Amino acid sequence: MSAPQRRIAPEHWFGVAGLILLAVGSYLGLVEAPPERYMGEVGRILYIHVPTAWIGLLALTAAGVFAGLYLVQRRPRWDDLLTGCVEVGVILTAMLLIQGSIWARPTWGVFWTWDPRLTTAAILLLSFIGVLALRAFVEDPQRRARWTAVATLVAVLDIPIVYFSVKWWRTLHQDFSSPETVAGAMHWPLRINAFALLALAIWLILRRARLSRQRRSARATAPPATSTLVAGD
Amino acid sequence: MKRSGSLYILIAVVLAVGAIIFLAVGGLGDNLVYYWSPSELRAHYDAPTGQNEDPLNRAVVRLGGEVKPGSIVRGDGASDLSFVVTDGKQEVVVHSTAVPPQMFREGIGVVVEGVLASDGDFRSERIMVKHDNEYKAPTNGEKPAYAPANGTM
Repeated sequence: MSAPQRRIAPEHWFGVAGLILLAVGSYLGLVEAPPERYMGEVGRILYIHVPTAWIGLLALTAAGVFAGLYLVQRRPRWDDLLTGCVEVGVILTAMLLIQGSIWARPTWGVFWTWDPRLTTAAILLLSFIGVLALRAFVEDPQRRARWTAVATLVAVLDIPIVYFSVKWWRTLHQDFSSPETVAGAMHWPLRINAFALLALAIWLILRRARLSRQRRSARATAPPATSTLVAGD
Repeated sequence: MKRSGSLYILIAVVLAVGAIIFLAVGGLGDNLVYYWSPSELRAHYDAPTGQNEDPLNRAVVRLGGEVKPGSIVRGDGASDLSFVVTDGKQEVVVHSTAVPPQMFREGIGVVVEGVLASDGDFRSERIMVKHDNEYKAPTNGEKPAYAPANGTM
Protein backbone atom coordinates (compact mmCIF):
# COMPACT_ATOMS: atom_id res chain seq x y z
CA MET A 1 0.00 0.00 0.00
CA SER A 2 1.30 3.40 -0.90
CA ALA A 3 1.17 6.26 1.57
CA PRO A 4 -2.31 7.73 1.95
CA GLN A 5 -2.86 10.65 -0.34
CA ARG A 6 -3.50 13.97 1.33
CA ARG A 7 -4.55 15.58 -1.92
CA ILE A 8 -8.20 15.26 -2.97
CA ALA A 9 -8.47 12.90 -5.92
CA PRO A 10 -9.22 15.03 -9.02
CA GLU A 11 -12.35 13.11 -9.98
CA HIS A 12 -14.04 14.30 -6.79
CA TRP A 13 -14.45 17.72 -8.38
CA PHE A 14 -16.84 16.10 -10.86
CA GLY A 15 -18.84 14.81 -7.90
CA VAL A 16 -18.97 18.21 -6.25
CA ALA A 17 -19.97 19.94 -9.49
CA GLY A 18 -22.58 17.27 -10.21
CA LEU A 19 -24.25 17.53 -6.82
CA ILE A 20 -24.39 21.34 -7.00
CA LEU A 21 -25.80 21.27 -10.53
CA LEU A 22 -28.36 18.63 -9.55
CA ALA A 23 -29.52 20.78 -6.63
CA VAL A 24 -29.81 23.86 -8.88
CA GLY A 25 -31.53 22.00 -11.72
CA SER A 26 -33.95 20.26 -9.39
CA TYR A 27 -34.83 23.54 -7.69
CA LEU A 28 -35.53 25.13 -11.07
CA GLY A 29 -37.55 22.12 -12.19
CA LEU A 30 -39.56 21.64 -9.01
CA VAL A 31 -40.13 25.27 -8.03
CA GLU A 32 -39.36 27.79 -10.78
CA ALA A 33 -40.63 26.03 -13.89
CA PRO A 34 -44.37 26.10 -14.62
CA PRO A 35 -46.48 22.93 -14.29
CA GLU A 36 -47.13 21.13 -17.56
CA ARG A 37 -50.29 22.12 -19.39
CA TYR A 38 -51.97 18.71 -19.21
CA MET A 39 -49.89 16.70 -16.77
CA GLY A 40 -49.56 19.45 -14.20
CA GLU A 41 -47.13 18.76 -11.37
CA VAL A 42 -46.55 15.17 -12.49
CA GLY A 43 -44.88 16.50 -15.64
CA ARG A 44 -41.92 17.70 -13.58
CA ILE A 45 -40.46 14.20 -13.62
CA LEU A 46 -39.40 15.16 -17.14
CA TYR A 47 -36.46 17.06 -15.63
CA ILE A 48 -34.87 13.89 -14.29
CA HIS A 49 -36.25 11.27 -16.68
CA VAL A 50 -34.90 12.78 -19.89
CA PRO A 51 -31.41 13.55 -18.48
CA THR A 52 -31.27 10.02 -17.02
CA ALA A 53 -32.02 8.62 -20.46
CA TRP A 54 -29.42 10.79 -22.19
CA ILE A 55 -26.61 10.11 -19.73
CA GLY A 56 -27.48 6.42 -19.32
CA LEU A 57 -27.31 5.84 -23.07
CA LEU A 58 -24.15 7.95 -23.23
CA ALA A 59 -22.42 5.91 -20.50
CA LEU A 60 -23.28 2.66 -22.27
CA THR A 61 -22.12 4.09 -25.60
CA ALA A 62 -18.84 5.07 -23.93
CA ALA A 63 -18.60 1.47 -22.68
CA GLY A 64 -18.73 0.39 -26.32
CA VAL A 65 -15.90 2.79 -27.21
CA PHE A 66 -13.72 1.48 -24.36
CA ALA A 67 -14.55 -2.09 -25.38
CA GLY A 68 -13.30 -1.34 -28.90
CA LEU A 69 -10.17 0.34 -27.53
CA TYR A 70 -9.48 -2.63 -25.28
CA LEU A 71 -9.77 -5.14 -28.10
CA VAL A 72 -7.36 -3.11 -30.24
CA GLN A 73 -4.79 -2.11 -27.61
CA ARG A 74 -5.30 -4.66 -24.78
CA ARG A 75 -4.55 -2.05 -22.13
CA PRO A 76 -6.07 -2.83 -18.70
CA ARG A 77 -6.90 0.87 -18.36
CA TRP A 78 -9.65 0.51 -21.00
CA ASP A 79 -11.12 -2.45 -19.16
CA ASP A 80 -11.21 -0.39 -15.95
CA LEU A 81 -13.11 2.42 -17.67
CA LEU A 82 -15.36 -0.03 -19.50
CA THR A 83 -16.42 -1.58 -16.19
CA GLY A 84 -17.19 1.81 -14.71
CA CYS A 85 -19.27 2.81 -17.74
CA VAL A 86 -21.29 -0.42 -17.73
CA GLU A 87 -22.00 -0.27 -14.00
CA VAL A 88 -23.03 3.39 -14.10
CA GLY A 89 -25.04 2.78 -17.26
CA VAL A 90 -26.89 -0.14 -15.66
CA ILE A 91 -27.80 1.94 -12.62
CA LEU A 92 -29.01 4.83 -14.79
CA THR A 93 -31.01 2.52 -17.07
CA ALA A 94 -32.64 0.85 -14.04
CA MET A 95 -33.47 4.29 -12.65
CA LEU A 96 -34.82 5.24 -16.07
CA LEU A 97 -37.28 2.34 -16.11
CA ILE A 98 -38.39 3.04 -12.53
CA GLN A 99 -38.91 6.75 -13.22
CA GLY A 100 -40.76 5.90 -16.41
CA SER A 101 -43.11 3.60 -14.51
CA ILE A 102 -43.78 6.24 -11.88
CA TRP A 103 -44.55 8.72 -14.64
CA ALA A 104 -46.56 6.30 -16.76
CA ARG A 105 -49.10 5.26 -14.12
CA PRO A 106 -50.73 8.67 -13.60
CA THR A 107 -50.39 9.86 -17.22
CA TRP A 108 -50.72 6.82 -19.50
CA GLY A 109 -52.76 4.85 -16.95
CA VAL A 110 -50.41 1.87 -16.63
CA PHE A 111 -47.09 1.20 -14.92
CA TRP A 112 -45.81 -0.84 -17.83
CA THR A 113 -46.79 -1.82 -21.35
CA TRP A 114 -44.81 -3.75 -23.95
CA ASP A 115 -44.46 -0.91 -26.40
CA PRO A 116 -41.26 -0.87 -28.51
CA ARG A 117 -39.51 1.86 -26.52
CA LEU A 118 -40.12 0.21 -23.16
CA THR A 119 -39.34 -3.26 -24.46
CA THR A 120 -36.05 -2.31 -26.12
CA ALA A 121 -35.02 -0.34 -23.01
CA ALA A 122 -35.72 -3.36 -20.80
CA ILE A 123 -33.65 -5.51 -23.19
CA LEU A 124 -30.84 -2.96 -22.90
CA LEU A 125 -30.85 -3.19 -19.11
CA LEU A 126 -30.90 -7.00 -19.14
CA SER A 127 -28.12 -7.16 -21.75
CA PHE A 128 -25.76 -5.07 -19.67
CA ILE A 129 -26.66 -6.90 -16.47
CA GLY A 130 -25.67 -9.96 -18.49
CA VAL A 131 -22.32 -8.34 -19.30
CA LEU A 132 -21.67 -7.79 -15.59
CA ALA A 133 -22.79 -11.32 -14.76
CA LEU A 134 -20.49 -12.77 -17.42
CA ARG A 135 -17.66 -10.71 -16.01
CA ALA A 136 -18.20 -12.04 -12.52
CA PHE A 137 -17.73 -15.62 -13.72
CA VAL A 138 -14.33 -15.23 -15.39
CA GLU A 139 -11.33 -15.27 -13.09
CA ASP A 140 -8.43 -14.75 -15.48
CA PRO A 141 -8.15 -10.94 -15.84
CA GLN A 142 -7.18 -10.91 -19.52
CA ARG A 143 -9.82 -13.36 -20.57
CA ARG A 144 -12.37 -11.52 -18.42
CA ALA A 145 -11.51 -8.21 -20.07
CA ARG A 146 -11.68 -9.73 -23.57
CA TRP A 147 -15.03 -11.42 -22.98
CA THR A 148 -16.44 -8.32 -21.37
CA ALA A 149 -15.39 -6.20 -24.31
CA VAL A 150 -16.95 -8.55 -26.88
CA ALA A 151 -20.19 -8.89 -24.88
CA THR A 152 -20.32 -5.12 -24.49
CA LEU A 153 -19.98 -4.60 -28.25
CA VAL A 154 -22.97 -6.90 -28.75
CA ALA A 155 -25.08 -5.22 -26.06
CA VAL A 156 -24.25 -1.76 -27.37
CA LEU A 157 -26.10 -2.55 -30.60
CA ASP A 158 -29.41 -2.14 -28.75
CA ILE A 159 -28.62 1.52 -27.99
CA PRO A 160 -29.59 2.91 -31.43
CA ILE A 161 -32.62 0.61 -31.42
CA VAL A 162 -33.77 2.05 -28.08
CA TYR A 163 -33.11 5.57 -29.27
CA PHE A 164 -34.86 5.30 -32.63
CA SER A 165 -37.65 2.95 -31.48
CA VAL A 166 -40.05 5.89 -31.22
CA LYS A 167 -39.30 6.77 -34.86
CA TRP A 168 -39.24 3.27 -36.34
CA TRP A 169 -42.33 1.84 -34.68
CA ARG A 170 -45.65 2.89 -33.23
CA THR A 171 -45.25 3.39 -29.52
CA LEU A 172 -47.20 4.61 -26.55
CA HIS A 173 -44.05 6.44 -25.49
CA GLN A 174 -43.79 9.94 -26.90
CA ASP A 175 -41.47 10.88 -29.73
CA PHE A 176 -38.14 12.68 -29.14
CA SER A 177 -38.41 15.92 -27.28
CA SER A 178 -36.61 18.85 -28.81
CA PRO A 179 -36.25 22.54 -27.94
CA GLU A 180 -39.18 23.25 -30.28
CA THR A 181 -41.52 20.88 -28.42
CA VAL A 182 -40.52 21.94 -24.90
CA ALA A 183 -41.47 25.36 -23.55
CA GLY A 184 -38.56 27.74 -23.00
CA ALA A 185 -39.07 27.90 -19.23
CA MET A 186 -38.49 24.14 -19.07
CA HIS A 187 -35.16 24.16 -20.98
CA TRP A 188 -32.81 25.20 -18.18
CA PRO A 189 -33.79 22.58 -15.58
CA LEU A 190 -33.43 19.94 -18.30
CA ARG A 191 -30.02 21.17 -19.43
CA ILE A 192 -28.64 21.71 -15.94
CA ASN A 193 -29.77 18.29 -14.72
CA ALA A 194 -28.27 16.70 -17.84
CA PHE A 195 -24.87 18.25 -17.05
CA ALA A 196 -25.36 17.27 -13.38
CA LEU A 197 -25.88 13.61 -14.25
CA LEU A 198 -23.00 13.77 -16.75
CA ALA A 199 -20.66 15.04 -14.03
CA LEU A 200 -21.91 12.47 -11.51
CA ALA A 201 -21.51 9.69 -14.06
CA ILE A 202 -17.92 10.75 -14.84
CA TRP A 203 -17.20 10.94 -11.11
CA LEU A 204 -18.44 7.40 -10.45
CA ILE A 205 -16.80 5.95 -13.58
CA LEU A 206 -13.41 7.42 -12.67
CA ARG A 207 -13.78 6.26 -9.05
CA ARG A 208 -14.58 2.76 -10.27
CA ALA A 209 -11.62 2.76 -12.65
CA ARG A 210 -9.31 3.88 -9.86
CA LEU A 211 -10.58 1.09 -7.62
CA SER A 212 -9.92 -1.50 -10.33
CA ARG A 213 -6.41 -0.16 -10.87
CA GLN A 214 -5.59 -0.21 -7.16
CA ARG A 215 -6.89 -3.74 -6.77
CA ARG A 216 -4.77 -4.87 -9.71
CA SER A 217 -1.60 -3.32 -8.34
CA ALA A 218 -2.35 -4.68 -4.87
CA ARG A 219 -2.73 -8.15 -6.32
CA ALA A 220 0.49 -7.79 -8.33
CA THR A 221 2.51 -6.99 -5.20
CA ALA A 222 0.78 -9.43 -2.83
CA PRO A 223 2.01 -13.04 -2.66
CA PRO A 224 -0.28 -15.38 -4.62
CA ALA A 225 -1.43 -17.31 -1.55
CA THR A 226 -2.92 -14.27 0.14
CA SER A 227 -4.33 -12.56 -2.92
CA THR A 228 -8.10 -12.63 -2.97
CA LEU A 229 -10.19 -12.54 -6.07
CA VAL A 230 -13.03 -10.12 -5.97
CA ALA A 231 -15.82 -11.04 -8.32
CA GLY A 232 -16.29 -8.66 -11.17
CA ASP A 233 -13.44 -6.30 -10.41
CA MET B 1 -5.28 -16.74 -32.19
CA LYS B 2 -5.39 -13.00 -32.04
CA ARG B 3 -5.86 -12.75 -35.80
CA SER B 4 -8.75 -15.21 -35.94
CA GLY B 5 -10.25 -13.55 -32.86
CA SER B 6 -10.49 -10.21 -34.61
CA LEU B 7 -11.98 -11.93 -37.65
CA TYR B 8 -14.77 -13.34 -35.47
CA ILE B 9 -15.37 -9.91 -34.01
CA LEU B 10 -15.54 -8.44 -37.51
CA ILE B 11 -18.08 -11.07 -38.58
CA ALA B 12 -20.14 -10.48 -35.42
CA VAL B 13 -20.16 -6.73 -35.99
CA VAL B 14 -21.17 -7.13 -39.66
CA LEU B 15 -24.02 -9.48 -38.69
CA ALA B 16 -25.22 -7.20 -35.93
CA VAL B 17 -25.10 -4.06 -38.08
CA GLY B 18 -27.03 -5.96 -40.71
CA ALA B 19 -29.63 -6.90 -38.10
CA ILE B 20 -30.02 -3.25 -37.11
CA ILE B 21 -30.47 -2.18 -40.73
CA PHE B 22 -33.03 -4.95 -41.15
CA LEU B 23 -34.91 -3.73 -38.07
CA ALA B 24 -34.77 -0.16 -39.26
CA VAL B 25 -35.86 -0.52 -42.88
CA GLY B 26 -37.06 -4.10 -43.16
CA GLY B 27 -40.60 -5.41 -43.11
CA LEU B 28 -40.51 -6.14 -39.41
CA GLY B 29 -42.23 -2.87 -38.64
CA ASP B 30 -45.34 -4.08 -40.43
CA ASN B 31 -45.52 -7.37 -38.58
CA LEU B 32 -44.71 -6.15 -35.11
CA VAL B 33 -47.08 -3.30 -34.46
CA TYR B 34 -47.90 -2.12 -30.98
CA TYR B 35 -51.40 -1.10 -31.99
CA TRP B 36 -53.72 -1.08 -34.98
CA SER B 37 -55.39 1.99 -36.38
CA PRO B 38 -59.20 1.90 -36.80
CA SER B 39 -58.71 1.43 -40.57
CA GLU B 40 -56.41 -1.56 -40.03
CA LEU B 41 -58.75 -3.10 -37.49
CA ARG B 42 -61.71 -2.75 -39.85
CA ALA B 43 -59.74 -4.07 -42.82
CA HIS B 44 -58.66 -7.07 -40.80
CA TYR B 45 -62.07 -8.06 -39.48
CA ASP B 46 -64.15 -7.10 -42.51
CA ALA B 47 -62.21 -9.61 -44.58
CA PRO B 48 -64.57 -12.39 -45.83
CA THR B 49 -62.89 -15.10 -43.76
CA GLY B 50 -63.75 -13.30 -40.55
CA GLN B 51 -67.51 -13.11 -41.06
CA ASN B 52 -68.72 -16.08 -39.05
CA GLU B 53 -66.17 -15.79 -36.36
CA ASP B 54 -67.23 -16.27 -32.76
CA PRO B 55 -66.51 -12.91 -31.14
CA LEU B 56 -65.32 -14.61 -27.98
CA ASN B 57 -62.60 -16.27 -30.00
CA ARG B 58 -61.33 -13.02 -31.37
CA ALA B 59 -57.88 -12.12 -30.23
CA VAL B 60 -57.26 -9.30 -27.79
CA VAL B 61 -55.69 -6.50 -29.77
CA ARG B 62 -54.68 -2.91 -29.19
CA LEU B 63 -56.48 -0.16 -31.04
CA GLY B 64 -54.85 3.25 -31.25
CA GLY B 65 -56.11 6.58 -32.47
CA GLU B 66 -57.61 9.87 -31.44
CA VAL B 67 -60.65 10.27 -29.21
CA LYS B 68 -63.16 11.92 -31.53
CA PRO B 69 -64.25 15.26 -30.06
CA GLY B 70 -67.81 15.17 -28.76
CA SER B 71 -68.00 11.39 -28.75
CA ILE B 72 -67.39 10.70 -25.05
CA VAL B 73 -70.51 9.32 -23.32
CA ARG B 74 -70.32 8.51 -19.63
CA GLY B 75 -72.79 6.01 -18.20
CA ASP B 76 -74.16 5.60 -14.70
CA GLY B 77 -71.15 3.88 -13.17
CA ALA B 78 -67.86 5.65 -12.57
CA SER B 79 -66.17 3.44 -15.14
CA ASP B 80 -69.00 3.03 -17.64
CA LEU B 81 -67.74 4.83 -20.70
CA SER B 82 -67.98 4.89 -24.44
CA PHE B 83 -66.22 6.99 -27.05
CA VAL B 84 -65.16 6.92 -30.69
CA VAL B 85 -61.56 6.27 -31.72
CA THR B 86 -60.69 7.67 -35.14
CA ASP B 87 -57.69 7.85 -37.44
CA GLY B 88 -59.35 10.41 -39.69
CA LYS B 89 -60.57 7.74 -42.14
CA GLN B 90 -62.33 5.07 -40.10
CA GLU B 91 -64.01 5.18 -36.71
CA VAL B 92 -64.52 2.52 -34.06
CA VAL B 93 -66.90 2.85 -31.13
CA VAL B 94 -65.21 1.76 -27.91
CA HIS B 95 -67.13 0.60 -24.83
CA SER B 96 -64.96 0.49 -21.78
CA THR B 97 -65.36 -0.75 -18.26
CA ALA B 98 -62.00 0.65 -17.19
CA VAL B 99 -61.57 3.82 -15.21
CA PRO B 100 -59.80 6.09 -17.72
CA PRO B 101 -56.57 7.88 -16.76
CA GLN B 102 -57.10 11.42 -15.58
CA MET B 103 -55.55 12.81 -18.75
CA PHE B 104 -58.25 11.15 -20.85
CA ARG B 105 -60.11 13.82 -22.80
CA GLU B 106 -61.49 14.64 -26.22
CA GLY B 107 -58.94 14.87 -28.99
CA ILE B 108 -56.19 13.02 -27.14
CA GLY B 109 -54.40 9.95 -28.47
CA VAL B 110 -55.38 6.67 -26.81
CA VAL B 111 -54.42 3.02 -27.03
CA VAL B 112 -57.15 0.63 -25.86
CA GLU B 113 -56.78 -3.11 -25.29
CA GLY B 114 -59.73 -5.36 -25.99
CA VAL B 115 -61.66 -7.25 -28.64
CA LEU B 116 -63.75 -6.20 -31.61
CA ALA B 117 -67.21 -7.59 -30.82
CA SER B 118 -69.51 -9.02 -33.46
CA ASP B 119 -71.64 -5.86 -33.42
CA GLY B 120 -68.63 -3.96 -34.77
CA ASP B 121 -67.90 -2.13 -31.53
CA PHE B 122 -64.75 -2.51 -29.51
CA ARG B 123 -64.97 -3.77 -25.92
CA SER B 124 -62.07 -2.73 -23.77
CA GLU B 125 -60.95 -3.12 -20.20
CA ARG B 126 -57.82 -1.04 -20.48
CA ILE B 127 -57.44 2.53 -21.70
CA MET B 128 -53.99 4.02 -22.08
CA VAL B 129 -53.51 7.69 -22.85
CA LYS B 130 -50.76 8.76 -25.22
CA HIS B 131 -48.97 11.96 -24.37
CA ASP B 132 -47.18 13.73 -27.21
CA ASN B 133 -43.73 15.25 -26.98
CA GLU B 134 -45.04 18.78 -26.44
CA TYR B 135 -44.39 20.14 -22.97
CA LYS B 136 -46.00 23.52 -22.47
CA ALA B 137 -46.99 25.73 -19.58
CA PRO B 138 -50.73 26.07 -18.99
CA THR B 139 -52.24 29.09 -20.65
CA ASN B 140 -54.71 31.28 -18.78
CA GLY B 141 -57.70 29.38 -17.47
CA GLU B 142 -56.37 25.94 -18.34
CA LYS B 143 -56.46 23.41 -15.57
CA PRO B 144 -53.98 20.51 -15.66
CA ALA B 145 -55.25 17.03 -14.88
CA TYR B 146 -53.00 17.03 -11.83
CA ALA B 147 -53.57 20.42 -10.25
CA PRO B 148 -52.30 21.01 -6.71
CA ALA B 149 -55.64 22.00 -5.15
CA ASN B 150 -58.27 19.97 -6.96
CA GLY B 151 -57.06 16.88 -8.71
CA THR B 152 -60.25 15.93 -10.51
CA MET B 153 -60.79 16.43 -14.19
